[in-house]
Amino acid sequence: MKTTHAALAEKFIADEPRTNWHDETLWFVREKRDKAAHGLPEWEQLREWGSQIKNHTLSNLSNYLKEFEEKAVANGIKVHWAADGDEHNKIIHDIIRKHNIQKIVKSKSMLTEECHLNEYLQEHGIEVVDTDLGERIVQFRKEPPSHIVLPAIHLKKEDVSATFHEHLGTEKGNNDPQYLTEAARQHLRDKFVQSQLAITGVNFAVAETGGFVVCTNEGNADMGAHTAPVHIACMGFEKIIPKAEHLSVFLRLLARSATGQPITTYSSHFHKPRPNQEMHIVIVDNGRSRQLGREDFRNSLKCIRCAACFNTCPVYRRSGGHSYHTAVAGPIGSILNPNLDMKANADLPFASTLCGSCTNVCPVKINIHEQLWKWRQIIVAEGYVAASKKMGMMGMDFLLSRPTVYRFAGKMGRWLMRILPFVTNNKLNVWYKQREMPEPPKESFRDWYLKNGKTNKK
Amino acid sequence: MKVALFIPCYIDQFYPQVGIATLQLLEKLGCEVSFPLEQTCCGQPMANSGFASLSKGCDINFVKNFSGLDYIVAPSGSCVLHVKEHLKDEAHPEEAQKIRNNIYEFSEFLTDVLKVERINASFPYKVGIHNSCHGQRGLGLSSMTERMLPEFSKPEQLLAMVKGLQLSKPKRNDECCGFGGTFCVFEEAISVKMGKDRIAEHDENDVDYITGGDTSCLMHLEGILKRQGSKVKTIHIAEILNSSL
Amino acid sequence: MSAREKILNAIASNQPELTALPLMDKNVLIRYEDVYAQFKTVLESIGGKVKLIPSLTELKEQLIADKASGNFVVNAIADLGKLDNQVASFTALDLEKVEKAYIKGTAGVAENGAVWIYESQMLNRLLPFICQHLIIVIDIAAIVATMHQAYENIDVAKEGFGAFIAGPSKTADIEQSLVIGAHGARSATIYVVG
Repeated sequence: MKTTHAALAEKFIADEPRTNWHDETLWFVREKRDKAAHGLPEWEQLREWGSQIKNHTLSNLSNYLKEFEEKAVANGIKVHWAADGDEHNKIIHDIIRKHNIQKIVKSKSMLTEECHLNEYLQEHGIEVVDTDLGERIVQFRKEPPSHIVLPAIHLKKEDVSATFHEHLGTEKGNNDPQYLTEAARQHLRDKFVQSQLAITGVNFAVAETGGFVVCTNEGNADMGAHTAPVHIACMGFEKIIPKAEHLSVFLRLLARSATGQPITTYSSHFHKPRPNQEMHIVIVDNGRSRQLGREDFRNSLKCIRCAACFNTCPVYRRSGGHSYHTAVAGPIGSILNPNLDMKANADLPFASTLCGSCTNVCPVKINIHEQLWKWRQIIVAEGYVAASKKMGMMGMDFLLSRPTVYRFAGKMGRWLMRILPFVTNNKLNVWYKQREMPEPPKESFRDWYLKNGKTNKK
Repeated sequence: MKVALFIPCYIDQFYPQVGIATLQLLEKLGCEVSFPLEQTCCGQPMANSGFASLSKGCDINFVKNFSGLDYIVAPSGSCVLHVKEHLKDEAHPEEAQKIRNNIYEFSEFLTDVLKVERINASFPYKVGIHNSCHGQRGLGLSSMTERMLPEFSKPEQLLAMVKGLQLSKPKRNDECCGFGGTFCVFEEAISVKMGKDRIAEHDENDVDYITGGDTSCLMHLEGILKRQGSKVKTIHIAEILNSSL
Repeated sequence: MSAREKILNAIASNQPELTALPLMDKNVLIRYEDVYAQFKTVLESIGGKVKLIPSLTELKEQLIADKASGNFVVNAIADLGKLDNQVASFTALDLEKVEKAYIKGTAGVAENGAVWIYESQMLNRLLPFICQHLIIVIDIAAIVATMHQAYENIDVAKEGFGAFIAGPSKTADIEQSLVIGAHGARSATIYVVG
């Protein structure tokens, strides 16, 4: 078993000032989201529309995908289908080999992270340059992104400065974000103009028109896609929406939910390749059809990857994206990843207090915290929790479902705690590590009630 | 009005004063209060840990104790939410459903059912409010900053009736305290960090007390406050509404 | 079985029962008393510049002056002067040197400051992204309140490419500090004619 969220989080939190900074930075993004949402009186209505459009799409998904394919092919786009991450990577590798491509730029695509495309291509001696600034930073550092919208949010400008000094030769100790961004701009412009292949993600694919939309603030997807002679767009099949008019709902929700911007700087609508350009779309399943069949969890496929649930999550803000040890972290990741690998990700649905804030901010109304609860039940039923936990729970059930046992244990427990506090106040008691135990009262409420309660005792 | 009291297990065992205040206040407000004696726990600790399958015994016992009652009141948003969402009894499905409909969190029972407009209570202290997530988001006891809906708060509405009480809100008014049931031990580091951060915001407001409708949150905060050697105390909202200091 | 069939079959057997699309009542949408004022406020808040001009006269002069400066300036607006049609076949390497581009937009959106631009208005798809400074011209009558009206006024599939552009390129990937000019244009000035 990999290191768990709890252990990784504890490591993250050991640096408390940095944890505070991480928490406050993301809270600031959450507040910007609130402000943007409050700017639209129809916000809750928009969420409802977004949710219903996505529900409808999932209920007619096979037809929409076929319609999309047909239209896209008619537009001159080559459409590929990949059952899993490996097939996705091979399709891309084949295109690279066919054209003998050396220079590849990639804009943000969480799907390619999910499929570990970069690692796959690297093993075959092919280098991919990530062009989103945050992704380029973490790529230099050989780290995965810690956030699906803000990939380098776990880093401070000093870290970026040191990384750029090492890889781009920027001035040592110059931490000015403007200066560092400019250095990346120059470095990546070089990569763009020489690129032979641009890989992008897809935010929305429109069944009605056979086109797709890619949203960025930096313009990196466009710089690559309009330069390279080959463009490959990778999408999970849930990116489909029925009509172009539905883009209005989603583009209104997406950036406001993500960063509090009214819209991303660039919302690019691709329908046909340029003359002499090859345009490919890879439609990926990778467990999504299985998730679609899970009644309790299928609506996780409505996600538009805004990361509002990350920014609002009090656990995410204090544990960082890497503590989730998966490509998609945060609350949404914790309901998607058990479907991909239940055993490896059995800890994630428990990395939540079930506070419900994620569900409240979700622009397409995914009941994230309820799904976390439901995943816990399944993970336990499948036997992916420690035996000790199960024993504890069985003991708890024995005690709590039997009134007399409960009362006896209560008396014993309180009595023990009163005269022998070290029985519980020791290092084995995790509660006690940083918290005092509640002071045991002399009598339980029931005892008091039997003595003092009014005449209306039952 | 006949009311049955549900006193969650950890209140019964560790915070009887919360149960007592709830009982006394309901009686002061004219309710005829009963306390089914064989009650234990709603089963939430098991269910939230993924062992809902093991909470059947609790559920059956719960239904046995609370069947056929029109109003069931508990001083815990979290337990009430659990009952509302998950109480099941295969042998008595209708009874279970009725309980799910008839169970109320203490403060919403006062504002929505009893429609209390005045409370003869005084509490001359600076009090910070802690909104428990299950009460606020789960039961809708107050508006939430994430949602774009009109502002309201049932607990604040009640606390405003208390003489001498100076109410303050923390900066992040609906951030979770980090208790989270067994989360508090399985994710100990984050749980405590979240609690410390809540407390720091209340400290900024220089409060004497932190209050709320969920003793579980308060127990967690109290544990940290005591370890810090803080002068700030925790107190359940029922205790404040029942006090005449 | 091909991956395509495998996936489509799995989806068909796992997708839930058909639900309806929502009927979207556009009456609930936000309205602005002055769509131009809203457009300007929002665009300026996201780093764009907005100027209201009575006619193209001023811009024509500016274009002439810009071209005379010796910088690589591209005009993609027929009403302003001679079109630089040659850029249609330019490579990225050539376009990388473009200092400024003048491009016409089709629709402006008050709620977010975005302007829809068709590929044909760009001359070259890369132009509005790769230029250092972007000038966009729209008619005041083309500004609508929200994205809903904007999509009614455009046909996204009419050409091979089109984009909503809202202000200059930006990033906040380093410590959430906003920096204008990530990979695309360092500045975006929108001239509203009317």
